[in-house]
Amino acid sequence: MNILSEGRRLGRVQVPTVTLAHGGGGKAMKDLIDDVFVGAFGGGAGVPLEDQARLALSAFAAHGDRLAFTTDSFVIDPLFFPGGDIGKLAVCGTINDLAVGGAVPLYLSCAVIVEEGVAVDLLRRVASSMAEAARAAGVSIVTGDTKVVHKGACDKLFVTTTGVGAIPAGRELGVHRAQPGDVVLVNGLLGDHGAAILAARGDLALETPIESDCAALNGLIAALLESAPGIRSLRDATRGGIATVLNEIAQASRVSIEIDEAATPIREEVKAFCEILGLDPLYLANEGKIVAIVPRSEAEAALAAMRAHPLGAAARIIGEVLPGGASDTGRVSMRTVFGGRRIVDMLVGEQLPRIC
Amino acid sequence: MKYVDEFRDRDKAAILVREIGALAACIGRQIHIMEVCGGHTHSIFRYGVEGMLPSRIELVHGPGCPVCVLPIGRVDACLGIAEQPGVIFTTFGDAMRVPGSRKSLMQAKAEGADIRMVYSPLDALAIARANPEREVVFFGLGFETTMPSTALTILQADREDIANFSVFCNHITIVPTIRAILESPDLELDGFLGPGHVSMVIGTAPYEFIARFHRKPMVIAGFEPLDILQSIWMVLKQIKDGRAEIENQYARVVPEAGNAAALRAVAQVYELREFFEWRGLGSIEHSGVQLRAEYARFDAERKFAIPNISIADPAACQCGEVLKGLIKPWQCRLFGSACTPETPLGALMVSSEGACAAYHQYGGKVQRAETA
Repeated sequence: MNILSEGRRLGRVQVPTVTLAHGGGGKAMKDLIDDVFVGAFGGGAGVPLEDQARLALSAFAAHGDRLAFTTDSFVIDPLFFPGGDIGKLAVCGTINDLAVGGAVPLYLSCAVIVEEGVAVDLLRRVASSMAEAARAAGVSIVTGDTKVVHKGACDKLFVTTTGVGAIPAGRELGVHRAQPGDVVLVNGLLGDHGAAILAARGDLALETPIESDCAALNGLIAALLESAPGIRSLRDATRGGIATVLNEIAQASRVSIEIDEAATPIREEVKAFCEILGLDPLYLANEGKIVAIVPRSEAEAALAAMRAHPLGAAARIIGEVLPGGASDTGRVSMRTVFGGRRIVDMLVGEQLPRIC
Repeated sequence: MKYVDEFRDRDKAAILVREIGALAACIGRQIHIMEVCGGHTHSIFRYGVEGMLPSRIELVHGPGCPVCVLPIGRVDACLGIAEQPGVIFTTFGDAMRVPGSRKSLMQAKAEGADIRMVYSPLDALAIARANPEREVVFFGLGFETTMPSTALTILQADREDIANFSVFCNHITIVPTIRAILESPDLELDGFLGPGHVSMVIGTAPYEFIARFHRKPMVIAGFEPLDILQSIWMVLKQIKDGRAEIENQYARVVPEAGNAAALRAVAQVYELREFFEWRGLGSIEHSGVQLRAEYARFDAERKFAIPNISIADPAACQCGEVLKGLIKPWQCRLFGSACTPETPLGALMVSSEGACAAYHQYGGKVQRAETA
């Protein structure tokens, strides 16, 4: 439903918790949408809500010649964690998925599935967090949907965001474009999000000061592409961590990638967390980190552009692209701090803590 | 990280690698050293230790991964318990993916069984306390490293009289298995890296027979890569000097006499089983423990009347030969084709500490390419 509407009186929810009535399509639902979402995302007075957002093509044409379009669902537990919450994550995640394609992110949708019994205040907090993240990143949330399901049919709150943006003419980033001689950059410390979420679930009885790195990277990426227009590929290193992203690039580009453990920036607390649980930080999720494959000639410019941005202060060159083997393409390896060398493969499933 | 980085020092490693090279040259033949413990296997691959060693030295990755050696029949028994109505089945994380004959615990969880990952048996006991109307079963798994914590949890349950808690005991003991390997007629081992954390509990005395009767050196080793290099150097030194002794490289953690309190709890709660079956190795005498009759009410095997089914490993599996060092993982006819980490057939592919899974994840392709 389009929420870029004006001149209409906004409803307000009078009860503390969401019930199935709020998903029924009647006044209760309208009040919930008005109170929680329309209020937070903007608009409100004047035009009636429509079933769709109507966006001027000129808004896209001003930024580029192609549309970028992506969607992502968020089912994180816990909903609020050090460094963010499901709302901020849903906005930043979709913005980042657009931005790593070279696009200028412009509009988002927000669909929520709410379990009956969830506090309306919780939804207000999530919506206001989404609005804040979108505002900070310069994108608008322009349409959405709300469903309420029976207790147990979902875990408190699921959020889906879809995003559209425009790709400037001539910009061609691609996972298949890495070439031998290129260098591998990251914009900062790796594994914070994964470690923060595992710790926040509370069943490890480990207290850590680690916060999620959840952030919208469109500003950093715009500055980066300005300084290093020859960048071959950008990827955000979310689920599966940097190891998974590097493997995807190596396989698609039919090259080998070698990273240097000593140059790979990982917080001491994250290293210690992984030591205790038998996890590998290379596979931990990030929500504010990109991997950039950059031609060597632009490496310094790219590094300087990253470091000049607040979200890239700890940026590092962590490795290089090498020719793929004749029979064995797509390999990622790491020179260990110890002086050895090992393969960094894709994970089969999720990482499981080791027994001893 | 303090007290960790010191044991990963590249310069000290380079010196040790040189010394190891000199000793190996002096000995002048192929040397096979088995690291018994899966934790060592994991470190060796994680830090690329194997590739730093001279080609004369071959590391044989032993049976010390409790998840890997769990037989199919026991996994099926877990599923039999976990799928009963009202049961909460608790387990360490890395046992979730081990395939039984029909499915793994992870698949059973997806189908609706209440299976929860815990980090300690005490977590399982807490779940039992919080859910008095449910039967809570802990999947007791591991060598002497984890055996005491399960024993102490049972003693705690006994003191608190928590009747809805029980343990499905699959704890195993490493020494009889080392003996079985040493008595195997096709043995090709020159020495051992001894398990560090097991020895922290049992001390060094139980290994004496290895030196005395089998004339093989063993060095009890820590888990950092420098520990492992130094222990390899110590084994080589013994071989060169013509000695066969049990030495302790991991003295900062392993007391010669072990941990008396842990051993007391183990002796109080468990007794040896006559036989226990190992995936890849078959049935080994006195290699597993079960709860004593005094603690029968905490014994899931008695509570749930689980049949002791033995299910043979797939016929084509060569896990046993890999465990004994007769072939390398990539020489197995199933490696990487029928048997992969996604669809493991054999014991050694199931856990990240298993030799085949480690080769597959950290270096199998390289190794194979070099062999081809």
